[in-house]
Amino acid sequence: MKPRRSERLSAFRPQIARLERRLFLKQGLSLGALSLLSGCTLKDDDAVDRLLMTMSRFNDKIQAALFDPAKLAPTYSEADVTTPFPFNAYYEEKDVPLIDGERYRLQLSGLIADKRPWSLDELRALPQSSQITRLVCVEGWSAIGQWRGVAFRHFLERVGADLTARYVGFKCADKYYSSIDMPSALHPQTLLALDFTDAKYGYPLRLRLPTKLGFKNPKFIGEIFVTNDYPGGYWEDKGYNWFSGS
Amino acid sequence: MVGGVDKPRTIHPLFVRVTHWVNAFAIFVMVLSGWRIYNASPLFDFEFPKDFTLGGWLAGALAWHFAAMWLLALNGLAYLAYGLVSGHFRKSFLPISLRGAFDDVLLAMRGLLDHAPGRYNAVQRLFYIGVILAVIVAVLSGLAIWKPVQLQALTAVMGGFETARRVHFFAMAAIVAFLLVHIGLAVSVKGILTPMFTGRAEAPR
Ligand code: HEM
Repeated sequence: MKPRRSERLSAFRPQIARLERRLFLKQGLSLGALSLLSGCTLKDDDAVDRLLMTMSRFNDKIQAALFDPAKLAPTYSEADVTTPFPFNAYYEEKDVPLIDGERYRLQLSGLIADKRPWSLDELRALPQSSQITRLVCVEGWSAIGQWRGVAFRHFLERVGADLTARYVGFKCADKYYSSIDMPSALHPQTLLALDFTDAKYGYPLRLRLPTKLGFKNPKFIGEIFVTNDYPGGYWEDKGYNWFSGS
Repeated sequence: MVGGVDKPRTIHPLFVRVTHWVNAFAIFVMVLSGWRIYNASPLFDFEFPKDFTLGGWLAGALAWHFAAMWLLALNGLAYLAYGLVSGHFRKSFLPISLRGAFDDVLLAMRGLLDHAPGRYNAVQRLFYIGVILAVIVAVLSGLAIWKPVQLQALTAVMGGFETARRVHFFAMAAIVAFLLVHIGLAVSVKGILTPMFTGRAEAPR
């Protein structure tokens, strides 16, 4: 459900600017209750930050090991769909990019054999499938939505992507970017979605995978690339856990 | 009495003391970072005061939470294994009786309840077993909302994702309620806090 008084991810922007990468302690521990109790302000933020980042990388590995490529996310009926579906981005709803579907071309790069750009009509000519699944946000709320589009696995096979590569990355028209692991990209419920409730949720093309948190579902995708070099992501680079599996 | 009447005796085994204080640290980190995570999308009509949270913002709080969860879970498993195998739980927490707890509460209200070192009264036994169960529920409901796809059977047992979130919240609330009483008594009842560090009863009875 939509939180009543939530701090939208967008509400973090001023904080992010201030905190940049050294984000874990500055306002938390030094002002927080723990320092009052311990009498210690832990001035050496960097050491604690490093420890937390190391644990986050460790959790990436644990989650990759826990990921079962054959395990399907629960699906729901049309009656369960959350309306209105919460809008969430690092910017306000009025700032969503407006993209001309006629002129749109999906770009491909990296370890992909056939890098020819794709028009929407060409994408729609591929076999389509639909899902009603729960989107879980890193903020804690969840909502059930319906998405329809091309099975991402089918698309990656079709363009001759190196399926043994480690990462699939996304560059978006709203300057957002993210990346996922190849096993999650190949999961049967990972969709390159063309149809969803409203353009503001990512027209003309977004990724939908119920096996990861909402922020790992990039919208307004302009380019897809396959790589072995860790591409990071908009929120991931600011300290959110990269794998963020569900 | 192990060491004779004059020598102080060990009333808290070393294993229990170490796991207790590691657990106390882990619980504090989990609760304070958890409050910060809660604030990102409050379930109810209130938020936790920011100065009493850990992590600075959502990503920081999550990083603390997902780091300390390992400490909490592994230390907790070690404590449970020790308690079951060594007979510590049987000796210290059993028998439990509601009747006994009720009598002890009445005695306590009249100021007559003795705190005998090395022996938990009936209320303590119930509370300790209760908080151990609350921590177990917190860990399981936490796993259920962390991995609602991979661990979907567990999430289903917890009533689904949205219900599991609430279970997680109330497990936290139960732990915090226990802590208010527990810490209040630990610092106010004479001679019980030091032994939890040293293991030794302060004055033999
Ligand atoms: C600053 C925090 C804490 C203080 C000062 C404290 C203090 C104490 C003391 C003094 C005892 C021994 C009581 C006695 O001998 O009668 C004790 C036992 C115990 N405490 Fe705490 N405690 C703290 C945090 C916690 C937390 C966070 C938990 C669990 C969530 C917890 C659970 C227990 C349990 C289960 C026992 C019994 C241990 C056993 O014998 O196995 N405590 N604590």
